[in-house]
Amino acid sequence: MPESTSTGVIAIADNTAGVSISLDNVVKTYPGQATPAVEHFSMDVAPGELIMFVGPSGCGKTTTMKMINRIIEPTSGSISIDGRDVLSLDPNELRRHIGYVIQQIGLFPHMTIAENIGVVPKLLGWTKKKTADRVDELLETVQLDPREFAGRYPKQLSGGQQQRVGVARALAADPPVMLMDEPFGATDPITREKLQAEFLRLQASIGKTIIFVTHAFDEAVLLGDRIAVLSERSQIEQFDTPAKILATPANDYVSSFIGSGAALKRLVLVPVTEAHLGLASSASSTPSIDASDNLRDALDLLIVTGAPLINVVSRDGSAVGSLTVASISAALGAEAPGTTAAAASTS
Amino acid sequence: MTPFDLAGLFTFWGRRWDDILELVLEHMSVVAISLLIATVIGIMIGVLVWNRPVPRSVAIASAGVALTIPSLALLALITPIFGLGWTPTVLSLVFYSLLPIVRNTVVGLRDVAPEIMESARGVGMSNFRILVSVQLPIAWPIILTGVRVAAQLTIGIAAIAAYVAGPGLGQYIFQGLSSLGSKNALNLALTGTLGVIVLALVVDALFVLITRYTTSRGLRA
Repeated sequence: MPESTSTGVIAIADNTAGVSISLDNVVKTYPGQATPAVEHFSMDVAPGELIMFVGPSGCGKTTTMKMINRIIEPTSGSISIDGRDVLSLDPNELRRHIGYVIQQIGLFPHMTIAENIGVVPKLLGWTKKKTADRVDELLETVQLDPREFAGRYPKQLSGGQQQRVGVARALAADPPVMLMDEPFGATDPITREKLQAEFLRLQASIGKTIIFVTHAFDEAVLLGDRIAVLSERSQIEQFDTPAKILATPANDYVSSFIGSGAALKRLVLVPVTEAHLGLASSASSTPSIDASDNLRDALDLLIVTGAPLINVVSRDGSAVGSLTVASISAALGAEAPGTTAAAASTS
Repeated sequence: MTPFDLAGLFTFWGRRWDDILELVLEHMSVVAISLLIATVIGIMIGVLVWNRPVPRSVAIASAGVALTIPSLALLALITPIFGLGWTPTVLSLVFYSLLPIVRNTVVGLRDVAPEIMESARGVGMSNFRILVSVQLPIAWPIILTGVRVAAQLTIGIAAIAAYVAGPGLGQYIFQGLSSLGSKNALNLALTGTLGVIVLALVVDALFVLITRYTTSRGLRA
């Protein structure tokens, strides 16, 4: 049994670019409680997907996530990573190959930043040289200068810097799976936005399979490939892409969770280049927007300037087209299922 | 009673310098040995009971009760079994040192923030590994404070152990007390008492240094 255990973990660890995760009928009942915290939760996650669990406090989203690395043991059901049943693996071995980031960060205060990031490599028996190289590489990845930060202690860093170190520590052994529990929840709005943008860029290059827990729907829309909207006892109310959930909420619960302004939230998801662009205006007073921005930025600019149309400008400075309020609303229509064909044919 | 004579005290010190130094060294040795033993035992007990509610209460309560036993009574009780001299002295000093060390070990280990414990589990550390590389280093300054309290306690109690022919400055105190009225009685008692006080101050300063150099920079305020 121990042999099959360690080969199982090593097989998971060999994949660094993301593996599938499957939860089947997972139940967690705490002793002495009548109703389960998580009831018959089933979900399949494709390799490299970034899944957001979103729901109110106490809905069981964190409990569900923590069963994947067995910080919490499920009462029944099965969980597998890359087809291997995690409940049959040694939990400590397993956790060394699952990145884990929590809201309170939990850096080890008595260790330097380099030692904190090197914790998992040390547990895995890497050489000092290999560990040190990896620490430098990761500090660069999370945009902290290794020369400046490697020797510091956690208390000497700001909250945002600490959470970057938390992410670096989770990435240390290049795990195929990352579990993130409201990682940016305790940071101020400006830092949070910065961390989210950095995180998206990072994920684009590393392609891990990520389960990301949040109570902020906007964060889920911004980051997720797919969002699972959860209610009491971790029941899945809807599990779909952000655009689909915003366009067609499955029920009142999901609608209420989205809140008002669903169309505005969807605009964030659409790059300006996906809208049907009109001819660029040659008037020098026409405001312009970068082609890499999204439709909400475009609408924002239209409202702020009061201009009837704005130019979309590519990186080299040449105008590639123009946008109006009408073309933005048409683009939203094209996103909605069912109207796609019609919108495409008319444009 | 002879009146106090400061010049006489200095002459006394001048004549008995070797003797006094030897007593100071003995006193320090017996305290150091006892603390070392008590630290090892105390941390071991703390590690065994910190996360078990019943044994934890039992350990701390019994160590607390132990502290209320008068040292003279304890010494008198154990000499029939262990004889006179160093053995009963070390035993009783270890006995009295355990409470602050066990209690501070338990407090220190329990004091590690839940998110740090969760992170430690999350990176795949075993319980033993968490204890050795996370909890004990973080608890270390608190444990050391317990040892420091124990040091102050035992420096005082060690003086009383001279009653059972224990080593150290207590010998002078008891000699002085038993020869009251004689020429050197006051000098003996004063030297013993002052020696204990100076020793306590020096050891306390030593602990400030030890704490400073054995605590991670990341934990210092």
